[in-house]
Amino acid sequence: MENSSSNNRFRSAMFNHDDEDQDKEYVGFATLPNQVHRKSVKKGFDFTLMVAGESGLGKSTLVNSLFLTDLYKDRKLLNAEERITQTVEITKHTVDIEEKGVKLKLTIVDTPGFGDAVNNTECWKSVADYIDQQFEQYFRDESGLNRKNIQDNRVHCCLYFISPFGHGLRPLDVEFMKALHEKVNIVPILAKADTLTPSEVKKKKIKIREEIEQYGIKIYQFPDCDSDEDEEFKQQDLELKESIPFAVIGSNTVVEAKGKRVRGRLYPWGIVEVENSAHCDFVKLRNMLVRTHMQDLKDVTRETHYENYRAQCIQSMTRMVVKERNRNKLTRESGTDFPIPVVPTVTESETEKLIREKDEELRRMQEMLQRIQDHMITQKDGH
Amino acid sequence: MASSDVARQPDKGVRPLSLAGHVGFDSLPDQLVNKSIYQGFCFNILCIGETGIGKSTLMDTLFNTNFENFESSHFEPQVKLRAQTYDLQESNVRLRLTVVNTVGFGDQMNKQESYQPVVDYIDRQFESYLQEELKIKRSLHNYHDSRVHACLYFISPSGHSLKSLDLVTMKKLDSKVNIIPVIAKADTISKSELHKFKIKIMSELVSNGVQIYQFPLDDETVAKVNTTMNGHLPFAVVGSTEEVCVGNKMVKARQYPWGVVQVENENHCDFVKLREMLICVNMEDLREQTHTRHYELYRRCKLEEMGFKDTDPECKPVSLQQTYEAKRQEFLVELQRREDEMRQMFVQRVKEKEAELKEAERELQSRFEQLKRLHADEKATLEEKKRLLDEDQSSFSKRRAAAQLLQAQSLTANGKKDKDRKNSGFM
Repeated sequence: MENSSSNNRFRSAMFNHDDEDQDKEYVGFATLPNQVHRKSVKKGFDFTLMVAGESGLGKSTLVNSLFLTDLYKDRKLLNAEERITQTVEITKHTVDIEEKGVKLKLTIVDTPGFGDAVNNTECWKSVADYIDQQFEQYFRDESGLNRKNIQDNRVHCCLYFISPFGHGLRPLDVEFMKALHEKVNIVPILAKADTLTPSEVKKKKIKIREEIEQYGIKIYQFPDCDSDEDEEFKQQDLELKESIPFAVIGSNTVVEAKGKRVRGRLYPWGIVEVENSAHCDFVKLRNMLVRTHMQDLKDVTRETHYENYRAQCIQSMTRMVVKERNRNKLTRESGTDFPIPVVPTVTESETEKLIREKDEELRRMQEMLQRIQDHMITQKDGH
Repeated sequence: MASSDVARQPDKGVRPLSLAGHVGFDSLPDQLVNKSIYQGFCFNILCIGETGIGKSTLMDTLFNTNFENFESSHFEPQVKLRAQTYDLQESNVRLRLTVVNTVGFGDQMNKQESYQPVVDYIDRQFESYLQEELKIKRSLHNYHDSRVHACLYFISPSGHSLKSLDLVTMKKLDSKVNIIPVIAKADTISKSELHKFKIKIMSELVSNGVQIYQFPLDDETVAKVNTTMNGHLPFAVVGSTEEVCVGNKMVKARQYPWGVVQVENENHCDFVKLREMLICVNMEDLREQTHTRHYELYRRCKLEEMGFKDTDPECKPVSLQQTYEAKRQEFLVELQRREDEMRQMFVQRVKEKEAELKEAERELQSRFEQLKRLHADEKATLEEKKRLLDEDQSSFSKRRAAAQLLQAQSLTANGKKDKDRKNSGFM
């Protein structure tokens, strides 16, 4: 007994010795964020971005401008003739980029051929199927036995390009967004915005936002900032929300403007600077996508879209099992007791119709006879 | 308008003579011009392009007026055409301008039938002209020519190539109307991109056999400028009705934060070229081409369809009247045959229906007999039962009467005994 207590005293003395060097109440979990930071840098990040929209709206140029690389070297564009009956393909480009020790595995999913054919009915189907496939694969991996190296190929964000040459959303846009708004975070983009004057841009943004609400399209919502954030942050947040859809211009060529070398487009009447907020919303989009909301996009994908998919998947599986059981029950019971409604076929022959009419008559006459019999019986009882 | 203003070749039997003095028939063109000014001119433009691509704005800019157009919706279920006619005047020349716009073009999910309403419209105008021409009492000089003289096809400035819908539509229209392709909203394409884009478009049109309108090169006065212009096709245009102050003038322009796009600056866009080609130089040629090429083609196809030929199987010229008579006979014979067929069918149907009804009647009759018998049987059994009941009742009442009688008798017997006792008691 004495020995253990002395041991205890020795041990606590050691610890007390350390604590006395720091504050008496210090525990040390304030370093958790640093530990998370360290681990995440070590693990690296991944992000899957999908770009969708008609061809010729500047999707590839914008992707190159966003990530300052050239992802689309040597791509082949089809002729108009070849595009008449083109189907939608899904192509993936994956690149590894690194900045200040932070590694990012970036996957760009492209949809060449979307909206290009003469008949575009259900052209969004292959895109929706692709997203579902990624969800399904993740679902299977997650439910598997060995979960060490799950690859997350789920699409985290979809940039949908709206043409600036029309008056707002088109039927194709509405159908695409409605088909995918519950599968992926949709961020609408107003493409090639250098065709619109500032007043036209404002009008178009308002019109598109109205139409999005009118058609019940659920685009990606920026998380509301807490009430205890400072005014500047709140102002920025409000500006961001009112910029939807982002009016962007893309360019990877460097031009000389006012003595500076900037990325832009050179016209006879002036130079459009891509990174100038007075010219377009490129900077806002880049900040939102890469610098501030990338993690939130991934979280929403994981927590909302994927969970919805998973729940639906499980529900449909159990429903199928129940249906099978019910179907077996049906065959055992006799068929004549079931009031199976007769569905009349479109081409009913004359004889069938006559037979039905005659049956009706017989029934009516039987009823009449029954009534007469009852009547006579009551008469007899009356006597 | 004369139907063929082709330069005349010198006839073989006619000698050319030289004049000894001034006669004065060199004023003939002036007489013609005065007459046409008096009559006024008419011009019809068809604008095909996606909703919102800038058709109405370009028309406003070209003709320097406000044509009062309103924004269309993107959600039209089908392509429609909207035609509006205006009377314009410049110096002493009057122009009756009809602008036809497509509504909802390129918006549907399935655009396979999008070209059809346009083709139908163009054919309808040709058809009404043909009808007027074939009339017995006709007034062609007073006729308001509604045939489409020029078709401006608005190409979307994607910077890559034509859209599949553009190719399909232009192929259907190139034999019916003079197509002038223009690149709309060209202020989104930089100079180098524009050059590549134009080359790509023209090569796609050529490789698919689409015949667009070529500015005519036969007249020396305009051949040179037309050749240059032909090389600038398709024209990259920008339209605007708003005016911006540039230098010290107010010009039609679009103001951006990075600069001002001037519509009438040839360095900025091809608007001036389009205006010159379409209106200043070649308007009359467009009308002529429509009449001599496209309309004649339509007329020939239509008449051949109806069975008219210029020569009969033996290669002898056949007059219109003979063909017409033959057609009429054929038609009457066909009509008679159809009538007989219908009559026969009608008679047959009536017979069938009659037979059916008779059959139904017979069935009903037999059913009725059967039920009547059933009813009689039921009645008989019920009567029997009633009779039995009556018998029962009567036998019951008889027994009751007998019982009552017995009771009465027994009562009187007892009463007599009592009386006897009573009486005996007294004595």
